Amino acid sequence: MQVFTCPFCGPRNETEFHFVAEAGKVRPDTTQPISDAEWATYLHTQRNEKGPVREVWMHTTCAELFVMQRDSVTMAVLGTQALRKDGS
Amino acid sequence: MSKYSMFRLLREGLTGNRGWGQAWRSPTPKAAYDAIVVGGGGHGLATAYYLAKNHGITNVAVIEKGWLGGGNTGRNTTVIRSNYFYPESAALYDFSVRLYEGLSQDLNYNVMFSQRGMLMLAHSEPEMEMAARQCNAMRLNGLDAELLDRDQVRRLAPVLNFRDDARYPVHGGVIQPRGGTGRHDAVAWGYARAADALGIDIIQNCEVLDFITEAGRCVGVTTSLGDIRGGVLGAAVAGHSSVLAQLGGYDLPITSYALQAFVSEPLKPVLDTVVLSPATGTYVSQSDKGGLVIGGGLDRVPSYGQNGNMPVQETVLGGLAEMMPALAKVKLLRHWGGIVDVTPDSSPIIGPSGVEGLYLNCGWGTGGFKAIPAGGYFLAHLMANGAHHEISRPFDLTRFETGMLVDESAASGIPH
Repeated sequence: MQVFTCPFCGPRNETEFHFVAEAGKVRPDTTQPISDAEWATYLHTQRNEKGPVREVWMHTTCAELFVMQRDSVTMAVLGTQALRKDGS
Repeated sequence: MSKYSMFRLLREGLTGNRGWGQAWRSPTPKAAYDAIVVGGGGHGLATAYYLAKNHGITNVAVIEKGWLGGGNTGRNTTVIRSNYFYPESAALYDFSVRLYEGLSQDLNYNVMFSQRGMLMLAHSEPEMEMAARQCNAMRLNGLDAELLDRDQVRRLAPVLNFRDDARYPVHGGVIQPRGGTGRHDAVAWGYARAADALGIDIIQNCEVLDFITEAGRCVGVTTSLGDIRGGVLGAAVAGHSSVLAQLGGYDLPITSYALQAFVSEPLKPVLDTVVLSPATGTYVSQSDKGGLVIGGGLDRVPSYGQNGNMPVQETVLGGLAEMMPALAKVKLLRHWGGIVDVTPDSSPIIGPSGVEGLYLNCGWGTGGFKAIPAGGYFLAHLMANGAHHEISRPFDLTRFETGMLVDESAASGIPH
């Protein structure tokens, strides 16, 4: 059983967490025309990196989203941070 | 290639098994080939075989970073089936099942395809209605399917949980009688031996480090054994497809996950079909050696680590204990994980990569083994003709842009 650290609640069992998405994906500006290719890239394309990754996760118990750095080969957790700018 | 036969088996048995010889060569790579296939698993070896057999292209190299069939081909639960909802999927997977039906003869290698039936349970009256819908869809797709009631399921698999207090009572199920299991290693070795006999170079322990691109066209690969040039390239590397995509500079809608499986200690015969319980996600068959081969759903965490973890083990094995309480105390012999390439619609990607001269066969997710003959057949067709076969066309990478998804995950409600 692996322990993930929620930036708000502290160390918890991995089963309390849910993978949401790769971090750093920016939604296209929907006030401007968007090509099918751009929209498909936003919706579906994944970096799917082998090694260190940066992802958005949810701690389902407190329902907060946060960023987690981990290694996708060794599964080691390298760090977690709140998404909120002030870190509260 | 010296032919395997009953006569040969007798002769070798009587002379100390000294005359078998190597099943395939281990050549040093040439500087250039007409075609290069990256990935020496089932799909890659099948691609090479069909390039030679169907298209007469024999100057081909298969490049494998480890050993043959050491990835998902050696890590699956050996189930072969085509019980799919959408016509496009049924056409693709049943093409594969039909090739499997003749594969042992075709390759002169016993792949031990045992058509013992693939049974999907239904645990409630609403699930029975969905089972009838699935059954009808399969029949409309030209597949064999039968709707079974509780008594028929009980006659087929009495080891299932028919107790009054069952959490998931058995109401019935859908069976595909032509489904079953095969011998996973034999599929890789059979294709390797047959491809080698047609003159194809199988190069193991040779990792692709980069693609060689000239004027926007992919013309070869840089490997740990030096540069190898090819007229046309195909990639069939399953869970590592995104790693190759990064080298080649094309985008894929793939997320890699670990998929775990388990084998129990050998038991006397208790189950002569493959059973899946959609409620628990657990499925199980019994191998010829007596071990229960147990699989379940995907891991919860994207991963390239070829090993398991506890939460999914608990779910899968808890599911087994619910499905077959008599087997709750069976001991596990081993368990493992393979890295599967999951697409948003749980359907594979077969087609051009976006880089000229490089074609893809990936995105099979949790169901690549049953599709090995078809995946190889259609990638070979693409590499030889530069155009799709009618059956593989719906699985082109462009479907994510046009929105023409073949959404099997939504159609079935279980991961494929």
